[in-house]
Amino acid sequence: MPLFTRLCLGWLVAIVFGAIFADLIPGLQDPDYQGFLFGTSTTNEPPSLTHLLGTDNNSRDILARIVYGARVSLVVSMTAVVMGTVFGGFLGALTGFVRGKTDAVIMASVDVVLAFPGLVFLLMVVTLLGRRDLLVIAGVVGVLSIPPYTRVARATALAVSRREFVMAARAIGTRKRTILFREILPNCLPTLMAFALVNAAVIILLEGALAFLGLSVQPPTASWGNMVNAARVDLRINVWPVVWPSLALVFTVYSLNVVGDHIRRSKAVRSAAL
Amino acid sequence: MGTFIAKRLVRLIGTLLAVSFLTFLLVNLLPGDAINALIPIDAQQDREFVEQVREEWGLNDPMLVRYGRWLGDAVQGDFGDSIVTSRTVSSEITHRLPVTAELMLVTVGLSVMLAIPLGVMAAYREGTRLDQVISGIAQVFLSIPGFVAGLLFIYVFAMKLGWLPATGWNRLSNGLLDNLRTVILPALSLALIEIAVYTRVVRSDVMNTLQEDFVLSARAKGLSDRYILFRHCLRPSSLTLITVVGLNIGTLLGGTVVVEFLFAMPGLGKRLLDAIFQRDFMMVQGITVFIATIYVLVNTAVDLIYMLVDPRIRKAD
Repeated sequence: MPLFTRLCLGWLVAIVFGAIFADLIPGLQDPDYQGFLFGTSTTNEPPSLTHLLGTDNNSRDILARIVYGARVSLVVSMTAVVMGTVFGGFLGALTGFVRGKTDAVIMASVDVVLAFPGLVFLLMVVTLLGRRDLLVIAGVVGVLSIPPYTRVARATALAVSRREFVMAARAIGTRKRTILFREILPNCLPTLMAFALVNAAVIILLEGALAFLGLSVQPPTASWGNMVNAARVDLRINVWPVVWPSLALVFTVYSLNVVGDHIRRSKAVRSAAL
Repeated sequence: MGTFIAKRLVRLIGTLLAVSFLTFLLVNLLPGDAINALIPIDAQQDREFVEQVREEWGLNDPMLVRYGRWLGDAVQGDFGDSIVTSRTVSSEITHRLPVTAELMLVTVGLSVMLAIPLGVMAAYREGTRLDQVISGIAQVFLSIPGFVAGLLFIYVFAMKLGWLPATGWNRLSNGLLDNLRTVILPALSLALIEIAVYTRVVRSDVMNTLQEDFVLSARAKGLSDRYILFRHCLRPSSLTLITVVGLNIGTLLGGTVVVEFLFAMPGLGKRLLDAIFQRDFMMVQGITVFIATIYVLVNTAVDLIYMLVDPRIRKAD
């Protein structure tokens, strides 16, 4: 793996580690209100030894908030990817294999959901649900990412269903259910994985936008998007509280794209060698 | 061919109906909210008054009846009145649409104008430093969301350099130059990701087209590289670009909401956001259905154009 891709992978691993083990990191400051309550105000401080990236306009340590904010982005994107692959992948493979009326009904519903521009639909549903905790947001994003995966899985399933080994399985009288799980689904997985990698990056950006609009988790819970939104009020005075979470967001998405491209390229070579 | 178009139209109308019904359903799932928007909470003590308002606004009727009523009005262009401001939804939409439309047109225009030469150059010089630089920059742009880019531009161009205004909007009717000054930063923020996507698409498509036989024969005829690239390669490659542009309109629509929020532009996206926060369900419904309709229409148009231009697809359907 080229050095640059290795660096990006390292960043991703660091982010995941930081998100999971945030409480165990030695010396990490509390991401919530600090000096504010105890009479000492340390708003908008530049980087120092106690606050490695400085503080935001509510005296909270920026580095800690970035680490905890990674949790939100990761949970939401992982939920979306898992739900999409499991439910969307299964649904798409099913409908691609079975065809007929089921196919028409399922694809019509998928088309309806996909007819809405993503963020607009997300906005509506999130607002109408009212609650803004992480689980709800992750759930909504997860459910709304099922249709794209269904489409991808269906396209692959359509192609796979025409292959000889599926016809052979049918000919010897294998039950459709068995064919679906043994032949169709495993062949859909590589395409689904490739799509999932791209989708994860898109979901992180989507959650960032949602948080920026104030419709994701609420402060004091940190999310990269709502850190940027909170900090942009004082953009003229102090640009750094906006810069750090933005950089975290951009680096993470960029690393996902770089690593994803690398995996896709190496996989492509392997299948050609066959 | 005729039956194909007819079938497509039927699907289109079906999708639009389903979309509007789904929106209606979602918006009306919490009837309490509608009442809260009509009467402030403290005035809800009087049961009779609340019932009276509910009757007046038809909130007690079954969902399908209400949807039918809304639909009947909607196809005549009447999307109802906003609950918060007493203006009609359609007047708000017509008032705000030009802003969003201009933003999207400028964004797509800019992105396509930049992506085509970049993509063609990268494909022509595939594997060289130029290709690597262009692809690398595209990958970076792909990771910069609209609000980050917007804030960056605001900081550099509005705060530090003072060349362009940070917020606000000057209507076209007030003067082209003023209008351009307010549209360029928002459009650029949205365009970054689009440029990246389109460049990649153009690049891979031109790379494929360059391998075709007709390019070799054009070369053999002695045509210059530039002529081949821009006259022969571009047309088949532009099909994918058109499709991708059409598909990306959805993401772009979402992006305009964020950018309009950031730059305080009086467009549809910002209005939708405000309506959502104010629980103005008529407005939310009207704008969402409007946006979804545009999106569905654009996708159908792209499909039809694709069919018309590429004869192979026509036969395959």
